[in-house]
Amino acid sequence: MSPWWQAHSALHPNGAQLSLIIDRLWSPMFAAAAAIFALVAGALGWALLRRRAAAEAPDDPGRERGMRWTVSLATACTVAVLLVLLGLDISVSRATTAAPGRDALRVVVTGHQWWWEIRYGGVVTANEIHVPVGRTVVLELRSNDVIHSVWPISLSPKLDEIPGKNNSLSLRAERPGVFRGQCAEYCGHQHAKMAFLVVAEAPGSFERWLQGQRELAAPPADDLARHGQQVFLSSCAACHTVAGTPASGRAGPDLTHLAGRATIAAGTLANTRGNLAGWILDPQTIKPGAYMPPIPLAPADLHAVVAYLETLR
Amino acid sequence: MTMARGVALLAVAGVLLGCQDHAPARPVPGGDPSAGKQLLAERGCGSCHTIPGVSGANGLVGPPLDHFARRTYIAGEVINNADFLVRWIEVPQAIEPGTAMPNLGITEGQARSMAAYLYTLH
Repeated sequence: MSPWWQAHSALHPNGAQLSLIIDRLWSPMFAAAAAIFALVAGALGWALLRRRAAAEAPDDPGRERGMRWTVSLATACTVAVLLVLLGLDISVSRATTAAPGRDALRVVVTGHQWWWEIRYGGVVTANEIHVPVGRTVVLELRSNDVIHSVWPISLSPKLDEIPGKNNSLSLRAERPGVFRGQCAEYCGHQHAKMAFLVVAEAPGSFERWLQGQRELAAPPADDLARHGQQVFLSSCAACHTVAGTPASGRAGPDLTHLAGRATIAAGTLANTRGNLAGWILDPQTIKPGAYMPPIPLAPADLHAVVAYLETLR
Repeated sequence: MTMARGVALLAVAGVLLGCQDHAPARPVPGGDPSAGKQLLAERGCGSCHTIPGVSGANGLVGPPLDHFARRTYIAGEVINNADFLVRWIEVPQAIEPGTAMPNLGITEGQARSMAAYLYTLH
């Protein structure tokens, strides 16, 4: 069985835009195509199996008239079905590409090889997009390097992040839950391990989460975490930011509230102590080609830095 | 001839299949190997250790845990038996002060199940 952060399907929509597409366009199209396929296959089978009349004259005028009727009817049915589907397509496209209202929440999602930077105004996080249930969210798509594609699988269709171009993708979660997303445009070595989570929650708890993200990291409270912070500042701070400390690197994800996130390495691993330790020491075995180098820390430094990271709620 | 060969093949297959899923080599009272396998995956042991049968457990940081049931020592410090293994998983520092293996906050019951799974690895 897949873990909870992997088992999500576009055919079981949890977002308003995708629900519309699946219920009003995909399902009728699928039903129509399946019915037409069954009809055609049935007609073909009937034509193959029927007994031929002993002396069927090819130029029999009655037979000729019957064939003309059949072909005309089939053409009319084809046109009618295509027109109905075209009408559905246009109405669904209009609904899903309508300009979002003024109250839409705007989130900037920037693709990096191979993780996602997520910004709500001045709030910076990574690989986890929190959204309030029932409110339209506009993801403003940017890329830091190559073309990526944001695919919040069960919430909305996917859309590319193209360097130098500003795309935007709307979604509205219909129910609370944790929904998996994935990069859907091949973007290099670790494209497959470039996932994200959309955490849809009640508006009140979303606001509390956002407020928490605005806070600076609390200073370490015990000796182990203090030692860990020193290790972090000397070994990690060139690439990672922890707001409220001198660590202000921009090459890797912002870790100010790392401990509150469910996964590390862009959905690659559950955020557990064991995975944190293994990832710090040897990311290249877990995600070969990722831009994080191995950090071979002395055992005492490793325990301390992991303890420090766990304080970053 | 053909039939004899078929019987022989079946016998070999039976032995091989039997090897896949046998009881722990050393009994671990209260340990459930399948729960242990799940825990080894969930706690992230595989980020540092290569563990046969645990998905994603390809780590190279610490020693590979294949053939664990046949290893003589744990951490090069103590004899490989159920009591030491459970203690090692729970509080590695108690067996080898200064080890890089972190204390993952695993309970004794969970450690028993993890040990039971490791002892299925012959």
